Amino acid sequence: MCCRMLSSLVLLLLLVVGRPADASPQQKNTNQELLVVPGEVGRSGGRLVVSLRGEPKTLNPLIAADARSREVIGVMQADLVHINRATQLTEPALAKSWKVSGDGLEYTLVLRKGLKFSDGQPLDADDVVFTFRVYLDESVHAPQRDLLIVGGKPIVVRKVDAQTVVFQLAKTYGVGERLFDGLAILPRHLLEKPYQEGKLGQIGTLATAANQWAGTGPFRLKEYVAGQRLVLERNPYYWKTDAKGNRLPYVDELVFLFVPNADAQVLKFQSGETDVISQVSAENFSVLSRQPKGYAMTDAGPGLEYNFLFFNLNDAGEKTTPEMQRRQTWFREVKFRQAVSAAVDREAIVRLVYQGRGAAIWGLVAPGNRQWGNEKLAHPPRSLERARTLLKEAGFSWSTGADGESVLQDSDRKPVEFSILTSSTNADRAKMAALIQDDLKQIGMRVQVVPLEFRSLLDRVTQTKEYDACVMGIASFDADPNSDINVWLSSGGTHLWNPSQAHPATAWEGEMDRLIEEQMSARTFEQRKKLYDRAQEILAENQPMIFLASPDILAGAKNSVGNFHPAVLEPYVLWNVEQLYLKSSPENAAR
Amino acid sequence: MRVTRNVARWLAVLGVLHGIVACAGFFAPYDPAEQDRKSPYLPPMRVHVVDGQGHFHARPFVYALRLREGAFDQYEEDAAQSYPLRFFVSGMRYRLLGVLPSRLHLFGAEGSRIYLLGTDAYGRDQLSRLVFGGQVSLLAGLLGAGITLSLGLCVGAVAGYYGGWRDDVLMRLAELFLALPWLYLLFAVRAFLPLAVGPLAAFFLIVAVIGTVGWARPARLVRAVVLSAKERDFVRAARGFGATNVYLLWRHILPETGSVLLTQAAILVPQYVLAEMTLSFLGLGVPEPVPSWGNLLSSLQQYSVLVSYWWMYLPALAMVPFFLGYLGLASSLQERGPAYKIGRRGLGSLT
Repeated sequence: MCCRMLSSLVLLLLLVVGRPADASPQQKNTNQELLVVPGEVGRSGGRLVVSLRGEPKTLNPLIAADARSREVIGVMQADLVHINRATQLTEPALAKSWKVSGDGLEYTLVLRKGLKFSDGQPLDADDVVFTFRVYLDESVHAPQRDLLIVGGKPIVVRKVDAQTVVFQLAKTYGVGERLFDGLAILPRHLLEKPYQEGKLGQIGTLATAANQWAGTGPFRLKEYVAGQRLVLERNPYYWKTDAKGNRLPYVDELVFLFVPNADAQVLKFQSGETDVISQVSAENFSVLSRQPKGYAMTDAGPGLEYNFLFFNLNDAGEKTTPEMQRRQTWFREVKFRQAVSAAVDREAIVRLVYQGRGAAIWGLVAPGNRQWGNEKLAHPPRSLERARTLLKEAGFSWSTGADGESVLQDSDRKPVEFSILTSSTNADRAKMAALIQDDLKQIGMRVQVVPLEFRSLLDRVTQTKEYDACVMGIASFDADPNSDINVWLSSGGTHLWNPSQAHPATAWEGEMDRLIEEQMSARTFEQRKKLYDRAQEILAENQPMIFLASPDILAGAKNSVGNFHPAVLEPYVLWNVEQLYLKSSPENAAR
Repeated sequence: MRVTRNVARWLAVLGVLHGIVACAGFFAPYDPAEQDRKSPYLPPMRVHVVDGQGHFHARPFVYALRLREGAFDQYEEDAAQSYPLRFFVSGMRYRLLGVLPSRLHLFGAEGSRIYLLGTDAYGRDQLSRLVFGGQVSLLAGLLGAGITLSLGLCVGAVAGYYGGWRDDVLMRLAELFLALPWLYLLFAVRAFLPLAVGPLAAFFLIVAVIGTVGWARPARLVRAVVLSAKERDFVRAARGFGATNVYLLWRHILPETGSVLLTQAAILVPQYVLAEMTLSFLGLGVPEPVPSWGNLLSSLQQYSVLVSYWWMYLPALAMVPFFLGYLGLASSLQERGPAYKIGRRGLGSLT
């Protein structure tokens, strides 16, 4: 009995002495307001290895435009208000609370007390004001600038006291506090001098020394090995704790291995070199699921990516060849587009392209989006009958071809032939195009699939506008449909069938513009939802985009990784990286 | 010309193989582009003669394959339902050798589709695609070799016979062509063409490019033969009797190059088939859904296909007898031929 007490005392002592790292000076600071996150309490220590599709270009949020840089920056930086990737709702982050004025034009954000950057320097309202000044400075060309122009005017940011910042908008903004998600608060003490010297581009690169860069995210820079890996270490000043008061993140090191090829990522995960894997294709998912060795695969359900077919509805003016002009008269015919939509076998796309791990879609709001989909939108099943009726109504007819097949012809008895572009690097979309080709053959359309390198495809669609039709996909970055605003608006650059219009080309595009503008300044969710529902109906009616399918978000993790809950929003797996932990097991103890 | 028994044997083998491919419509049970969307990646069906109860059936049969519940590509045999194999059945309409309309097929199953070599991602019959794909690949090889050899013969004969500045110019040109990165040339040519190239246009483009790029080697060989032939006594004699250049070339010198050209042809055809496959594998060949051997293999670029569906490798096996036939023919031609030995080059040198 006595012996046992003694031994447990020794153990206790050992525990206290053995964990000096946890007893960092900050934790004793009582006037710190840490965010307590619910969820399973994990175990500290260890190293988490993840693969990244190539090297990030930069660690500086002011420059980052590529997905890989953003993924890394996501775990090194933090925002004022954050969208919870699981609930898709906003929650406090660096700001512990926020207030919106009655007219919806003024947001007052209160920062947590005792916040510190990963280099130990304090964060206060001055850093916030500085950050937004840099974001809004035109000479910096920050990608965030566009998001901060509301109603044609930049947001005005004002410091009230060391803890309070006021944001003044020129016009009410539909998305509300979601606006702050992803806007990293930058360290003024490191950036002010380079900013004044106009050298912001030279800081926060991969070559920057670890002590010359700081953020408020769960991890900070430790080491970068060109061409191989980026090693991040735990940020001891991170502002979140678990339910038991343990400071997050749990793991000591986060390693990004640069693996540019999806198949190579699968091999690395299979061999145990990486702990988690995300953005797995359906084919690789089934390969990995067949004989899982020490890992488990998760299907998080359909995500926010939507794939669609669209026709060239641009008005190229005199440049248009007579050939193209004839084709465009078909494409401009609503019934032609509706007929194509009716003839497409979406169910086959989901089954054959995504192996059933996806969902057929009929509208722009992907099924992964919990709040914004219009439930009343019709989901007509495939019907060649209906397609033929529609084509007949639009003046098309059928003749018999050389080999006895039926050939669709327009009112001038010219056969209906066109080509569909797909990205040659995206096997999924190439497959979709091949299926559509066969679907349309059955109503007499002769379609050719043209795989093209993605850059030149984009160039044809948005610049030269020399194409007939194209299969593409877009992954929204947020559940709020405003993240796709440039698809909705006729002036938008990704309004793909006829981008960047000066004036809406058709009445229904004008109507859609009006609805979207109106919801931008609507105050309540219900109002906005109603307007968006109507916009979705207009889109479904006119079919400028023929929506096809949305793939599931597929991910996997070793059984030893705890708190692994992949979400359908980016970053699918690392959104709760601070909570991921390695369960104790002999294998992990050895590492 | 004396044809040895070996050459005849190899020619017979090649004749049979090409006959099968030429009559693809008859040997293939289905349309190569037809999608059976209920059966993606169906493994090759097993042909049985003994059923589950141990009874012997004189007529071979296949069992129905059913998708396992909830699975995408896992099939199991349903022993309750069997379909007997039938020969000389009526099916998909096609034109035999491109002219004769017909519906007759070598085999088919009654009441079900039969996939002896399995199906691909869209449920298309691999066997039909393999046989029809051979038409594209082999024809590309034969036509390409034809173009190359005619070009090589003309250039080689002119350079060798006339000599002088013509020889210099043509041989320097040949060296230039030997150094040409032809794959990138094709990329470049493709970039200047209109976006949507039809299957026929794409096919002739490939043939034209692989045919015109490879003429330098045969041209050099022909030149060497012509150089030595034109100094021979009977040629000198003919010239002494007042034969014209054209007559000399046609009557006395070019026949000497016959065996060189034949051997070259036997080497070039498989090499060009391989070239076509490389291009299609890279997506530069005939567009989907037209099959070619390269198209059939291009799905193997995906890791998941590589490890999951072994029957997708079968097209690679199918070309082995063809290549064996051609190379066998080439070596027996060489054995029998006169003293002009041709340095044999590796098959892969073009790809």
